[in-house]
Formats: sequence, C-alpha cells, structure tokens
Amino acid sequence: MSNILSEISAAVIAGNLGDIADLTEDALDEGLSAEEILNQGLMPGMDHVGVEFRAGRMFVPEVLRSARAMQKSMDILKPLLVESGTRMVGKVVIGTVKGDLHDIGKNLVAMMCEGAGFEVRDLGKDVAPEAFVDAVKEFEPDIVGMSALLTTTMRSMQLTINALEEAGVRERVKVMIGGAPVTQDFANQIGADGYASNAAAAVEMAKQFVGAA
Amino acid sequence: MAEDLLTTLSSKTKTVEIHRDKPCVIIGERINPTGRKKVMAALKEGNFDMVRKDAEDQVAAGAAVLDVNAGVPGADEPALLKQVMQTVMEVTDVPLCIDTADPDALATALALYEGKALVNSVNGEERSLSRVLPLVKEHGAAVIGLCMDDEGIPETPEARFKVAAKIIERAGKLGIPIEDVIIDPLALTMGADSNAGRIALDTIKLVVAEFGVNITMGASNISFGMPDRKYINATFIAMAIHAGLTCPITNPLVPEVSIAIKAADLVMGRDDYGMAWIQAYRQRQQSQ
Repeated sequence: MSNILSEISAAVIAGNLGDIADLTEDALDEGLSAEEILNQGLMPGMDHVGVEFRAGRMFVPEVLRSARAMQKSMDILKPLLVESGTRMVGKVVIGTVKGDLHDIGKNLVAMMCEGAGFEVRDLGKDVAPEAFVDAVKEFEPDIVGMSALLTTTMRSMQLTINALEEAGVRERVKVMIGGAPVTQDFANQIGADGYASNAAAAVEMAKQFVGAA
Repeated sequence: MAEDLLTTLSSKTKTVEIHRDKPCVIIGERINPTGRKKVMAALKEGNFDMVRKDAEDQVAAGAAVLDVNAGVPGADEPALLKQVMQTVMEVTDVPLCIDTADPDALATALALYEGKALVNSVNGEERSLSRVLPLVKEHGAAVIGLCMDDEGIPETPEARFKVAAKIIERAGKLGIPIEDVIIDPLALTMGADSNAGRIALDTIKLVVAEFGVNITMGASNISFGMPDRKYINATFIAMAIHAGLTCPITNPLVPEVSIAIKAADLVMGRDDYGMAWIQAYRQRQQSQ
C-alpha cells in the first residue's frame, strides 16, 4: 500500500483533525483516485477503530474524533466520488425515533457506516414515522436504522415499521434497530430485520444486508 | 442569593428532609427496567424478586428514597407500576420517587401512595406541564422538573435556567409550593460533548442562586462511553454537591459514588464530627 494511504489510515485512527485534509489533498496530488483513498485509506482506518472500540480498547470520544477526521476527508472526496460515479457500498437512512433525544449511539452507527463506505442520510433525533417514510421514498436506501434509548420510546420503532408498511415501502428496505433497552426478542416482535447491540455490530450487519461483508 | 428551601418527602411511617444544610439524600435508581434486560424479562413474567432485592440492597447501602420505574414496552404500565410499588413498600419504608412518562400510571400510583411522594418528572413541554402538574397538586406531591422543553434540551446554562424558571412559575400558578419543585439540570454525556459536565454544574449554580430550590440529577450518564466511569461519576457528583446538588438519583451500590457523596458531605460541613463518614468506614471494614 502506498505510504500516503497508510498515513491517512493512521490519521483516521488517531483522530488527527489537523492533518487529514492536507493528507487527502496530497494523496490526490499523487494521482490516487478518490475511490482508492476511501477504500484503502479511510475505510481500513475506520475498520480498525471499529475493532478496537468493540474490544473496549478505544472509547466513544475517540471514535467520534476518528469519524470527524474521516468526514473532513470525505468533504473533499465526496464531490469527486459523485463526479466519477463511484458506487458506494449501499445507502442507509438512520434516526433516533420519535420522542427520543438520545443520539450518541445513533451518531456512532451513522459515522461508522460512512466509514464502511455507505452513503448515510442521518435524520437526527425525535424523528417521526412519516419522516422515515419520506426519506425512504426520496433517498431509496437499502437499510433503515432506528435507535431508541427509552422503554417508552421503543414503541415508536413499531409505529415506524407500521408506517413503512402502510406506505408500501417496507419490503424495499432492511430495518435494523438498536439502543440500550432494545433486544433481539423485541426486534422479532416488531418485525425488524435485525438487532445490533453496539455500533460496530450494526455496521457488520449493514454490510451483510448489502452483501458486502 | 435565594434562601435554601426545605423539601419534605414522606412514606406512611418515614419522613425525609432535603436541604442544602443537611447530608445529601440518595434517591436509589436501580428499580428501573430501562437498560436492564433481566429486570425487564422478570417484570414481564410477573416476577418481583429482583425488585424486592433492589429495594432492600439500595436502602442498606444508604438510599433514603427509592425511584420506582415500571416502563416495560407492551405492558400495562399503571398495573405494573402499582405492583412494583406495592412490592417495594412491603420490604422498605422509605419514601418513593414515582418515575413514569405515562399520566395514567402516575395518577394510579399517586392515588395508591400513602404519604408525600416525589414525581419523576415534569419538563417544560406544554403537554407535560398541563398533564403532570395538576396531578402533583391534587395529591400534594413534590415534583422533579427537567430542564428541557418543546425545543429539546437547551445547550446553555442560561437557557436551561429559563426552563427551570418556567416550570417553577407554572407550578406556582397551580398552588404547588416552590420548595416542592426539585430541578434536574440534566447531565448529558461528556463522551459526546466534553462541556456537558460544566454546563450541568453552571445550570445548578444559576438555579440555586435565583430560587434556592433543591437539585437532583442522574449522575451516571455523564461518563457514558468512557473508561473507568466510576471515578468520573464520583468526582462529578462531589463537584455537583458543591454547586448545589442535594438529592442525586444514583446507584448507592457503587462504592466509589457513595463514598464520594459522604466525603462531599463532610467537606461541605454537613457531617458533624465526621460521624457519618466514620460509620460508613466501619461498615466497609466489617463487610470486607
């Protein structure tokens, strides 16, 4: 692997916000394509972060920093990826469900999905079922991710799945859910396609859903 | 500076006083299925053994009030909350903090409760103010006011202070005495925003200076996603006590946190001759 790509990976892992943009420009100047930088620089970096996080060797603020570093690079690469018509791994719509304001876990999943090469539309927190439906119609994702941290807001997950069914778009997407009170049983009960207990597991599941694992 | 106010809570047989001149009152947080999958499963099956144990253990570890939450998705919350409360009241006599987002469950619980309960919680949202406060008034309870409103959780201490002021004002209009409103400044996660602790502390200071009301807070959230959480929680709770926190909602079974609270009481001059500190030390020695 070219030296600059491993430097980019290292900058993502270290959450080096100061150098990542320059490194990205340098890599482009060296003639590397945006796709190569994403696949061989950013993604291996975020992969490593995911593994370390899951193992309890890296912590939430570090993951957020790494994700921010990656996004700084993506800000430069995105227009180039669009221009060259590069196919992303898949598309994800994600949000914290209605009534719930907890978004740390959801943000982690969103950013780590981007790090894994997904195009992500983050709807934010307190997202109404209709907003999920609209986003599915407009953005045509492969996956819908929902988060809830309260026993009282888990019900909104069911309501969102119902809304997707009523709008006739449920079959077009895989639905995955997560959050502290959520369980596999609950996922089965409300007809979700998957449950992930942490952000790294969510990304693995998303990859499996699009056949990229 | 406003004068510090006294909040009194009671069960049928026991009274608890919350005031900044008195030792910190621990509201035990454990009786809550949120994030405790075993408890949730047990409650669904109508098994209250864990509730009983959580109640006894927390009181033994120093909880003076117990938070009771029965939020199990798909369950009949009014009925379940009633059963959880009855279970707790069979094994302990401390006042209860009734923790529900369901107004029907709250009404049922307040009707059943003998004494002066603490209601957890009301917030600055119109819907919450108009549904929760009348119940608090009707039953002569005290209430926790969360510093959030229709716009979400404000980012600055000043904006959170305004929400607290609004809740106190609305409670006052219904005839709920100001000392029966306990404000929760909301401690968010420092893992996501390293200013989260500072914002909570500054909010406490503003609210205490203006109103003198008692302050509660869930102090465990703050360290989410961090290693060695218990040290963060212990330090944060001690600093919050200095800022004006009087009745944290926490897990007294975490020794680091309980010890930090006792030490903070001593430092604040609320533990005459250090008797409570020494007694807690002896208890730890004995149990080792």
